[in-house]
Amino acid sequence: MSTTAEGAAGQADVERRRGGFSSRRVFILAAIGSAVGLGNIWRFPYVAYENGGGAFLLPYLVALLTAGIPFLLLDYAIGHRHRGSAPLSFARLRRGTEGLGWWQVAICFVIAVYYAAVLAWALRYTLFSLDEAWGANPEAFFFGEFLQAGDVAVTADVVPGVLVPLAIVWLAVLVVMALGVQRGIGVTSLVFIPVLVVAFLVLVVQALLLDGATDGLDALFTPDWSALTEASVWAAAFGQIFFSLSIGFGIMITYASYVGRREDMVGSGLVVGFSNSSFELLAGIGVFAALGFMAQAGGVTVDEVADGGIGLAFIAFPTIISEAPAGALLGVLFFGSLVIAGITSLISVIEVVISAVRDKFDTSRLTATLAVGVPAAVLSLVLFSTTSGIYVLDVVDHFVNQYGILVVALVSMLVVAWAVRALPRLGEHLNVHGRPRVGTGWRVLVGVVAPLALALVLVFGLLDDLEASYGDYPTWLLLVFGWLMVVGLPVVGFLLARMPWRTSTHLDGPPPGSDPAPALQPASDQTSGTRPATATDEGGSR
Amino acid sequence: MSTEAIVMMVVAMLVIWGGLALAITSLVRHGAVEDRSENLRRDL
Repeated sequence: MSTTAEGAAGQADVERRRGGFSSRRVFILAAIGSAVGLGNIWRFPYVAYENGGGAFLLPYLVALLTAGIPFLLLDYAIGHRHRGSAPLSFARLRRGTEGLGWWQVAICFVIAVYYAAVLAWALRYTLFSLDEAWGANPEAFFFGEFLQAGDVAVTADVVPGVLVPLAIVWLAVLVVMALGVQRGIGVTSLVFIPVLVVAFLVLVVQALLLDGATDGLDALFTPDWSALTEASVWAAAFGQIFFSLSIGFGIMITYASYVGRREDMVGSGLVVGFSNSSFELLAGIGVFAALGFMAQAGGVTVDEVADGGIGLAFIAFPTIISEAPAGALLGVLFFGSLVIAGITSLISVIEVVISAVRDKFDTSRLTATLAVGVPAAVLSLVLFSTTSGIYVLDVVDHFVNQYGILVVALVSMLVVAWAVRALPRLGEHLNVHGRPRVGTGWRVLVGVVAPLALALVLVFGLLDDLEASYGDYPTWLLLVFGWLMVVGLPVVGFLLARMPWRTSTHLDGPPPGSDPAPALQPASDQTSGTRPATATDEGGSR
Repeated sequence: MSTEAIVMMVVAMLVIWGGLALAITSLVRHGAVEDRSENLRRDL
């Protein structure tokens, strides 16, 4: 057996142990499950409404096509070519960039810790919907009776009503993760994504049948063309696309490494990108139809009830559920959709960490799941099942999104495009089996347009934070759980990158067989075993 | 609903949901072509 053949056989064995998705369909559903999360349901409708309504469609589509999908394809190319978690893929791309991968892993760990808490709330509210437990004042119920939020401080006063569902969420996630890539993540996505789509379609139909639904749609879709001249509206569109598509922080790199080598990653990326936006549009219609009903029932304008995030989900929607006919059904569908959308996203976030640990330490799936999941669950329970959980969560969420994800995405893109200059070979990798082909246009979008757009989003967020401290929280809270946390993440990342890899791990270049021959070549090339020019191995095993 | 709002809603549906339908169709067709190419290569 030749050295190349031995290397390919060894790599095949490594990939068998890592696990992978059984088909393109499973991968696409898992990637959609990761992209479609809470933000699609509670962030997009309000962002669109606040930034020009119907006119927002234009910057949104521009952002999707010029930055979102090109960046998604970059993540796919890195993971699919280098066949590893984010740290391993970056180490194979160029050894010195491994820290970027660990920085992404650190961000994912933080997100997983607090994201699970929101799922626990949604899980509890699915049950509350049955008897409208929030009574006549959903806001007082949410902050008072449910979260028992006190003064802004970090406390150890446990709230059992949050602790129990949070423990259930973590238990469910750990079971899924322990089952592996296909039997755990793949099967969960195969079942949950169709259920999510059907449940949300039923919710939208029910919302559209409510009185006042058209008022809500009118508010959402009436275009304010003057908004297009404002840079902040364009920043909001690019921000929505970046946050929504799960790009730039390791998820898509990890998932792409689990896909068969001959799959069309470009076509898959287009399906995932448009699926994510399709669900956002559906969510916008459903949410604003329901808000239109709420406005009409309260005798106010939609402007007065429109909200996003936690306010929409846990205050506005309970009000709608209480007033709407068959409100319990609406509630179960809404909060059930939040749980399903959230859990498939949480799984993808925690997989980034588990996959990195497995690659680095060559551990079994179960060991890595416990090594990552148990500390994450404990931290999550300690921080977010207490009376101060909501404040810490709000601060961590804002800072890790604004200065964690955005900065690591921007730095990664610039490093890959301009320091490593890897875009030509990554584009060639995508073109081996991908259609439509990516070329100079894609390289310009990823190397210039997307970084500029990310910088714009970052600057607008920074200006907002400098103008007024976020959420009027005390400075110590913003320092500890905000600024120190986001500064600490890259430090942790680059420290983790200093740990040695096992000697058997292939580094410095894609593993053997990562650039397979094009599907159809001249027969002479096949018989002589000539590899295409793209199949350059930049290094060997160490 | 105003005419403008209806037009924008329809445009959004056509572009985004139409884009999804096109992307799926393209992926399925290209997948089929790849499969045929693979069979042809095996025959060679």
